[in-house]
This record gives sequence, C-alpha cells and structure tokens, in this order.
Amino acid sequence: MDHFPLNWGRPRNDAVDSYSTYPITQRPNHAPKDAFSAGIQHTQQPIVTGTSVLAIKFKDGIMMAADNLASYGSLARFRDIQRLHAVGEHTVLGAGGDMSDFQYIQSILDELMIDEFAAGDGHALGPAEVHNYLSELMYARRSKMNPLWNAMLVGGFKDGQRFLAYVDMLGTTYSASTLATGYGAHIAQPLLRRAVEGREDTLDEEEARKIIEQSMKVLFYRDARSLDKYQIATITAAGVHISDSLQIETSWSFAEGLRGYGAQTQ
Amino acid sequence: MTSIGTGYDLSASTYSPDGRIFQVEYANKAVENSGTAIGLKVKDGVVLAVEKLVHSKLLVPGANRRIQTVDRHIGLATAGLPADGRTVASRARDEAANFRDVYRSPPTLKTVADRLGHFVQMYTLYSSVRPFGISTILGAVDKDGPALYVIEPSGVFFGYHGAAVGKGRQLAKTELEKLKLSELTAREAVIEAARIIYLVHEDAKEKEFELEMSWIGPETNNQHVAVPQDLFNEAEAKAREALVSGLE
Repeated sequence: MDHFPLNWGRPRNDAVDSYSTYPITQRPNHAPKDAFSAGIQHTQQPIVTGTSVLAIKFKDGIMMAADNLASYGSLARFRDIQRLHAVGEHTVLGAGGDMSDFQYIQSILDELMIDEFAAGDGHALGPAEVHNYLSELMYARRSKMNPLWNAMLVGGFKDGQRFLAYVDMLGTTYSASTLATGYGAHIAQPLLRRAVEGREDTLDEEEARKIIEQSMKVLFYRDARSLDKYQIATITAAGVHISDSLQIETSWSFAEGLRGYGAQTQ
Repeated sequence: MTSIGTGYDLSASTYSPDGRIFQVEYANKAVENSGTAIGLKVKDGVVLAVEKLVHSKLLVPGANRRIQTVDRHIGLATAGLPADGRTVASRARDEAANFRDVYRSPPTLKTVADRLGHFVQMYTLYSSVRPFGISTILGAVDKDGPALYVIEPSGVFFGYHGAAVGKGRQLAKTELEKLKLSELTAREAVIEAARIIYLVHEDAKEKEFELEMSWIGPETNNQHVAVPQDLFNEAEAKAREALVSGLE
C-alpha cells in the first residue's frame, strides 16, 4: 500500500508490486529514470542464501558447523554447497546469508593469502587478522550503502591461541565461546551456551562434536531453510580439517500425533 | 662497442643503421655484470638458485633477496639490477592475480611469461624509458607439470630445461648440459644447483657471496618456497666438498 497521498490517483505502475512486503514495502518511483545515480545499483536483499553457522570453543581449538544448503527464497535450490571455507593453515570462515557475496569474499581472501604468501617473510595471517580484515571490509561496504549480505563466523587456532568471533554485513563484531548466526542465534545458541560455557578448557573433541551434532539436529527440525546434510570443521594445533558431508539422523514419527498434520482421525 | 658516440645509442626508440637497438644491448651488459642465477627444470619440479654477491659485510644476512614468489606455484629469480627485479616481480604478481580474477584458476607459467614478456618489451619502445636491466628466470609447477622460462631485456622469452643468466652463465650452462635434467628429482636438483653456483663463483674469484635457493616440487606440495634449512645446509656442504675435490 502506498501511503503517500501525492502518489494517489496516478496511473498504475506495473513495474512495482505495491502489495509486496518483502523485504520492505515498495512505493512507485516517479523520479526521472535517467538520473546518473539510477545507473548505480546497490544490493537490496540477499538472493541465494545459506542459513545458520554454529561454532564453539573446546579444549584443543574451535569446532564449526554449517549445512550444505543454499536456498533460493524458500526453495531448497542447491543442496551441495560448502559454507565452510579454510583461509590459510589456521583459520576457517563459515558464512550464512548471500552465497554469491560469500563466494566473492572467498576470492578476496584467497587473493589476500596469496599476497601474503608471496611476501615470503615467514609470517602468516592468523584468524584474528582475517577477522579484522573482514570486519573492515564489511563496514566499508555497508558505509557505501552496498553491503555484502552475510553473517560470518571466523574460527582459528594459531600460536597456541584459540580464536572465535562473529562479523556481519554491518561490520558488527563480537566474540564468545559459543557463537551462532541466523536462525541458529535464536535456536542453537542457548543450547550451545548451556553445554559449553565454563567447560571450554575441558571439553574434548568427541564431546564437542556431540554438542554440535545435537544442535544441528535441533536446527534441522526447527529451521525451514536448513538441510540434514552438513559439515564440521575442526581447527586445532594440527591445522584445519573440514569433514565430508555428514547426515543428520531424524525421526518424524511424532508428527502423526500432531493436530493439523497428516491424517487426522479426530 | 664501435658504435658508441655515433648517436644511435641514446634512446631505446632509435635503431642503428644496421638494425640494432643499443640501449637493449647495454641492458644485457647490466645483466652480465650481475651474480649468476640458474634454474633447473627436472622430472617432478623446478629449482632456482642465485649467487648473490654481497657488497658489504654490514648487510644483514638474507637481505636483498633475488628470488621472489609470484604466485603459490610460481617463483622468479633475476640477474641484473636488483631494483628492476622487484618491479618485474611486482608486475608478475599483478598478472598472476589478474589471471586468477578473470579465469578463477591458477595461471600457467606460459601465460605469465607471455604477459611479462610484453611488459618488458614495452620498455624497449620509447625514448622516455630505459629497458629493464635484468634477465628473469621464471619457474613453476602448473597444470602441465614443471615449467621454466627466461625473459631477456628485449622482451623475448624462451622455455628451457635448464637456464643460466648473469656473470657465470657460460660455465653454468656447460654444467647444466652435463646433467640428465629430466631424470633428476627436485631434491637431487637442489644439490646440483648449489654445486654449480659454488663452482661458477670459484671460477670468477669474486668477493663474498650468499647462496639463495628455492624449489617447487612434490615435497613442497608444488608451492614455491625457500629450500628448507637442513637440505640447504646439506647442499652447501656437498658443494664445498665438490669444489675441493675438483681442485685436486
């Protein structure tokens, strides 16, 4: 609905769906179309999207997980997408949000890592440096009103130090011993906190994996943009390891008992 | 150099009456005065080695490197003016990055050599610039296997099995020809490369020098990195040994 009276009574503009509410309501644009600024297009919304990324600290490092789905709206369009990306020997980047922006970020980081490699000075970028670089990049883009539409976790292990932090499309950053992006920030984060907080230095890899698996399962049950195929990355002193795709075992038999779902006998 | 003073050597944009460009030939002289650089293309990799003449005892060891990395899998060694070497290496990195940006795959050495050849050639065309006073040895292991190219100040480039540029190139080339390059492993080639640099240096009776070596092969995961210290020490020790036994 166009709430601006000056626009009322004008001929209908079929290029604009005045009833659309996604991502926000649109008003017909009556400004001249040949203005110079009309040639510049900014990202207005994500198109092909990934959902949550989860990560926790454990005794030996960081564990991160993300499923293999890239959705096109509500359509489960690409079911074999890797959303965990190794950056050098010490860092993993996990991304939700727009997948083409994520691929662009991957190529920027790859170029950065090659530049650093070519310097040949014996120094390598660690997770803290990669995270800060990303936060500057994201903030610079949002300041141009043209953000890279992602929420990302950066996890790593370098020089005996664990690192885990969040960065998003606004350039916001924070750090904690458990982190989750997207829907996972609502559904999984409380579960992760209960399981991990205060035990970061005692959790072994197997326990950490159980916690992650459990959270991914809950997310698959509750998040309509998720998939039962996912990967786990572990970053320890030994380096980065990203697993093959794993399957979530689920049971839907309880659904029969839900009112409004399946055959109802009343 | 009978043509000096004839006026045809003042600019790279002027031919001499017999069709030569003297500025390019002078650039070659700059290369000939430099410490030797060699490259070996072997069965499973490439080895680069440089005889870096140290002009002052006050220099920090390892300063002024003449072997540089272009891309993960591409290395480059120069002989001639060190500053020109830095410029060409920087351009090579840009070209490699540009290739990756456009084609989303690692560049082959042939492409990089081709682009760099064009770049170097541009500096032979104008009176406002001076040709590069370096010969560049490019080495890589790309999708087609090991590769080795040399770019000269004129901009021409050729592929080689073994290459040598700089002061001791003649002797180095004879030594390279004696090797069965296509049967050596990268590890064996490191030993040979060190030996040749030491031999060439001894022949010239120059001042102090520092050996600089890098390699690309299965042991480095096909990445261009400096030869690890233990292998470097072994190669250097064997090179000294060979020198002593050769003199007797």
